[in-house]
Amino acid sequence: MSDNRKGLQGPAPDERPHPDGRRNAQGIRIDPEAESEHEPRRTVFSAIVEDEPGVLSRVAGLAARRQFNIESLTVGPTTVEGHSRITMVVEEPEPGIDQIEKQLAKLKPVISVGELDDDAVRAELVLLKVRGEDPDKVHAITEMYDGRTLDAGPETITVQLTGDERKIDDAVDAFRRFGIIEIARTGQTALAHGSKKTVPGEEPGTSGEPTKPNTNTQ
Amino acid sequence: MSERTAATTDPEAADDSTETPTEVTSGSTAVVRALENAGVETAFGVQGGAIMPIYDALYHSDIRHVTMAHEQGAAHAADAYGVVRGDPGVCLATSGPGATNLVTGIADANMDSDAVLALTGQVPSDMVGSDAFQETDTTGVTAPITKHNYFASSPDTVGDTVGEAFALAAEGRPGPTLVDLPKDVSLNETDSEPGPAQPPETCRARTDPADEQVEAAARAIERAEKPLLLFGGGVVKADATEVARQFATEHQIPVVTTMPGIGAMPEDHELCLSWAGMHGTGYANMAITHTDCLIAVGTRFDDRLTGGIDTFAPEAEVVHIDIDPAEISKNVHADYPVVGDAGRAIERVDAELDEGPDAPEWVDQCLAWKDDYPMDYAAPDNEPLKPQFVVEALDEATPDETIVTSGVGQHQMWAAQYWTFTEPRRWVSSHGLGTMGYGLPAAIGARVAADDDETVVCVDGDASFLMTIQELSVAVRENLDITVAILNNEYIGMVRQWQDAFFEGRRMAAGYDWCPQFDKLAEAFGARGWTVDSYEEVPGAIEEALAYDGPSVIDFHVDPAENVYPMVSSGGANGKFALSEDQL
Repeated sequence: MSDNRKGLQGPAPDERPHPDGRRNAQGIRIDPEAESEHEPRRTVFSAIVEDEPGVLSRVAGLAARRQFNIESLTVGPTTVEGHSRITMVVEEPEPGIDQIEKQLAKLKPVISVGELDDDAVRAELVLLKVRGEDPDKVHAITEMYDGRTLDAGPETITVQLTGDERKIDDAVDAFRRFGIIEIARTGQTALAHGSKKTVPGEEPGTSGEPTKPNTNTQ
Repeated sequence: MSERTAATTDPEAADDSTETPTEVTSGSTAVVRALENAGVETAFGVQGGAIMPIYDALYHSDIRHVTMAHEQGAAHAADAYGVVRGDPGVCLATSGPGATNLVTGIADANMDSDAVLALTGQVPSDMVGSDAFQETDTTGVTAPITKHNYFASSPDTVGDTVGEAFALAAEGRPGPTLVDLPKDVSLNETDSEPGPAQPPETCRARTDPADEQVEAAARAIERAEKPLLLFGGGVVKADATEVARQFATEHQIPVVTTMPGIGAMPEDHELCLSWAGMHGTGYANMAITHTDCLIAVGTRFDDRLTGGIDTFAPEAEVVHIDIDPAEISKNVHADYPVVGDAGRAIERVDAELDEGPDAPEWVDQCLAWKDDYPMDYAAPDNEPLKPQFVVEALDEATPDETIVTSGVGQHQMWAAQYWTFTEPRRWVSSHGLGTMGYGLPAAIGARVAADDDETVVCVDGDASFLMTIQELSVAVRENLDITVAILNNEYIGMVRQWQDAFFEGRRMAAGYDWCPQFDKLAEAFGARGWTVDSYEEVPGAIEEALAYDGPSVIDFHVDPAENVYPMVSSGGANGKFALSEDQL
């Protein structure tokens, strides 16, 4: 079988012409001299989902297996029976943020998903349990941050604070002097500003009609 | 994928093809009726406790059931059946181990976007969560590897759920779906007949692309000086082959395919540069490296195709046509995304072109690369039988439209490199997941799907064949005319090749010289078997095996030292493909 079989022929790798261009880690063609990576960005997604068993695990599982960095996630009912709203705070470089939105939209229980604008109204709730030795000062700080005292005793005082993320961060710092024993934060939840829709295609649910699905437009 | 939405069937119309539709009296009969309504003719599966009610309902149905030896085989057979037929394949398994045995096959279908509906038995609803006998959280286990899965909750709705799952498998970008069927849901009474199978409202794919996307893509293609078409598996799945070929030939644009896209363009066509990527042709990889406008259709830019992203098509503006918006700019940034059905999108872009790209010099360059880097292998007298020769001999001895299935590894690459495919749905392989053992059960599924006058060949490796060899019993029992060609090099050969290239030749756990005598084993199963050691024996054995009307196994003892080249090293530049180990 020696015949005329020659095996693979041709110029070796180093002898072939090769273009100078290249792409960055996100597959975008780049100027080799220029900045090549996007910085991570923090943003909020809101999704209307069918309220069926396992929906939260599907969303969380998707994020975990695709290595999306979720800072917080909240779920709750909406005005439409059978629909829930999931609010997710994520931090990713740009193409990753785009991927999160598209991959969420592919999940069957996800009816519609959208990224919120910077002017969206955001809030979270925190419960803080601090040492009860200095009730007056705790009360003063709680007042300062428009908080409420939920539970007070000789050992501990538990307060509730709500507000945007920065206010909560500041408040937590302020309470540190008392010795924070326990803390529970809900993570951000958010709605679009004014009459803007939080999620594309979202309709007010007063009629009880399900909202229409996102049409997957690019 | 508008064609595929034909899976959305009208039960009235489907009744014509099913002579006696199953009467709905229970959850299980509703399930079977839903399958009949969807036009299902065949299902592959394995019996077991929790799925027994479904099998009992199948007892009275016209649906053909092929009992497989292992549930993994059932999933692969259903997958291949779907690839060949263009409709979702259906597989069944019981709860617990039955369902977990399906997992590899479901994951395989998921990676290759193959439409498969899996039905699994489950322990009774009131025992779920109690760690009952043969209980597994099947929807939990399979959530990451299905488009969606369902836990059936009521006999009244289970028929509609199965119909929806079937339709969803085929909708848009195809993929696997699963319905988990608690035994009580299957057994309990209902007279609720399933309606027409519809994909869920939230998963309807956009088939007609947006005008502005079409226009932008057309402008980019018009100004291209080195345009290149990249046909992925999506072209085949969308049945867009004719439209895609027409576009390529009308505008004289060279074509490269992915491995799942094999057959989208006839490989003997002048404009076809065959498949690109790690073990693709040198000319395909040169074209990808130098194109200034890559028109990619129905591909997800897998790393085995792209090599290192930094050097992938580094000069190219990318037009990316895909029905799944999430594939746009996932791995490679799309300068011009076009979201829609492959065939429809190509038609729309074609209609939008004022003038096609005019690049005769570029075409000449691509053809010159074909001459510069021909696919060839050396076969000196003093070396053993070459596996590539076997592939060529099989190709020559079989009709043009022969269906070829494969396992995964060196034999798979040689089959893909040295078989000349001219039609879609003829190359049936495990691409994304890389599942060794896919070949034989896939050949069974393909054989059942194919017309009687079509030929089905499984090119397998010794290690791959051993992984699902039990399915030979199925081929014998069903008297399926399949020819298995084992390219036996007594190694898990691709691993051996990498050990030699990247692990200084330490062949840890790679030797398979302990493999059984496959010809005798075939005979023990009731199939026919041959062993071939020399070039002289090749044509005779192939002729006899093909002539035998039933399953046959030829154990080709091939050169254990042969390596697969060209090769783009993992993460390397496509244009720097090595022609031999010393170039890596």
